[in-house]
Amino acid sequence: MHPFRQNRSWGAWAVILTPYLWLVVFFLAPFVIVLKISLSQAALSQPPYSPIFDITAGWAGLAAFFGNLSFESYRLLSADLIYLFSYLKSLEVGAISTAVLFAIGYPIAYGIARSPRSWQPLLVMAVVLPFWTSFLIRVYAWINILQHDGLLNDILLRLHIVDSPVAWLSSDTAIYIGVVYSYLPFMVLPLYATLEKIDGTLLEAAADLGCPRWKTFWLVTFPLSLPGVAAGALLCFIPIVGEYVIPDLLGGSESQMIGQSLWTEFFSSRDWPVASAIAMALLALLLIPILFYERLQQGPIEGRLQ
Amino acid sequence: MKRGASAFNALSVSIGLAFLYLPIVVLVTYSFNGSRLVTVWGGWSLAWYRELLHDHVILQAAWVSLRVGVVSASAATILGTLAAIVLVRLGDFRGRLLFSGMVYAPLVMPEVITGLSLLLLFVALDVDRGFWTITAAHTTLTMCFVTVIVQSRLIGFDQSLEEAAMDLGCPPFKTFLTITLPLIAPAIAAGWMLAFSLSLDDLVIASFTTGPGATTLPIRIYSEVRLGVKPEINAICTIMIVVVALGAIASSLIAKRGASQRESEALGARSSEFGAMQ
Repeated sequence: MHPFRQNRSWGAWAVILTPYLWLVVFFLAPFVIVLKISLSQAALSQPPYSPIFDITAGWAGLAAFFGNLSFESYRLLSADLIYLFSYLKSLEVGAISTAVLFAIGYPIAYGIARSPRSWQPLLVMAVVLPFWTSFLIRVYAWINILQHDGLLNDILLRLHIVDSPVAWLSSDTAIYIGVVYSYLPFMVLPLYATLEKIDGTLLEAAADLGCPRWKTFWLVTFPLSLPGVAAGALLCFIPIVGEYVIPDLLGGSESQMIGQSLWTEFFSSRDWPVASAIAMALLALLLIPILFYERLQQGPIEGRLQ
Repeated sequence: MKRGASAFNALSVSIGLAFLYLPIVVLVTYSFNGSRLVTVWGGWSLAWYRELLHDHVILQAAWVSLRVGVVSASAATILGTLAAIVLVRLGDFRGRLLFSGMVYAPLVMPEVITGLSLLLLFVALDVDRGFWTITAAHTTLTMCFVTVIVQSRLIGFDQSLEEAAMDLGCPPFKTFLTITLPLIAPAIAAGWMLAFSLSLDDLVIASFTTGPGATTLPIRIYSEVRLGVKPEINAICTIMIVVVALGAIASSLIAKRGASQRESEALGARSSEFGAMQ
């Protein structure tokens, strides 16, 4: 029984409605507006789109408003291959980075989970600490290393591994390095959280029955860690697909990720309807992974309500 | 999980940590480099820090960021804590599913979408963009992180304490103030710290919602960084790293004092949402 539940007074409603209304105004309503503007047309005015919904015009205004909505921006999106390539590139970067993150993150999480219990909080803290510092700073730190006369080329030249500086920056390699570096804790932490909870007696039982260690890992540990794998993968994949800062600072100019296209349309071309249409299409692309992530998040709490 | 780390386990953790810290160490070291060139080591020097002290544009931006951070983190802490109480303690109500959806979605929503949608809201409402629009945007983004942290603490502690107080006739609001609030205080403090650091960190959403006279530090750094590496930027970044690291250590100490080991692990970070998931 929930103590606050039996008499839901005006006080309880105030507690519910304050964050509720904030989120409706600042999270939900903006999406409706983006949807609306994605159905508008660019115009040389302030704000730079039409039609503008005018509440004073009443029902007639409303009818005129709906009559003027257009799918022009979406038609533009599907007609221009640049946008399609942006989407594909974003999906590619998201998928490959998530796979690399999993390959690097799993051994780290596994290593932490198997370390002495007294070390574990310290190791978790060590994984997490760099990520309290600014995202921008961490990406910038890589420019120091990857640039033409940067540390990496300096070391490679001194060791005579390469004869002339390699152009690391402005390449897909740099994007992958930046993304994997930035998102590593988001993979390691959920993996660690599930690995750490695996019942040790299961592993002992397998060992007692003569199962070799690698087989125990494959048949017992790995299947039990799958919820962590799903959480880590979603937590990385979704934001990486919409990433802007990393490809902008580390990537080349020959192909853009979709987050960059949105940014360019908005800030450089000032085409708000197209930028909104890109946002809507991106959201549609990520809707299934986002809903899946929400289910993972809501699980434990909804379970407690029963 | 059975303990007993093999050499492979130790190696993978060490390499992982080296990968995470190396770039930061490089950046901090270069901030003390006397030479302007990255490849040339010109001896230890505080020149770039001195230069920073005279850079009024950067200092102004830092001041804007600090104010946005403090105001938005405080608002986000209040709203986020309320949302956590709603999700964990207030049971079912009409619209609950929508509510929890709105709470978790911003955690993974790409920043360009959140930023664009908030800007279009402010344009539609015809608000002057600047300090308050960035603050409102950051409050919306960071309150969800606060919710996740506070919620994992609320799930974690013994509810019979609250029930006992209410059975003895303590009104709900007083029960909250005298029983619940002290128990979740460490999580609230950690939530504030996290919200503050996220706000200090944010570039994309701030770029969309900013206006004249409200250039935050990340916006300033970003425009400098696009032009290439500058030693002054290494210096300001080092200062931010030190400030944030101290804050992170402080908040984990606060969390440890009040919480069990499991929770302090979960509180470790901005990735603390995992705590709630388990």
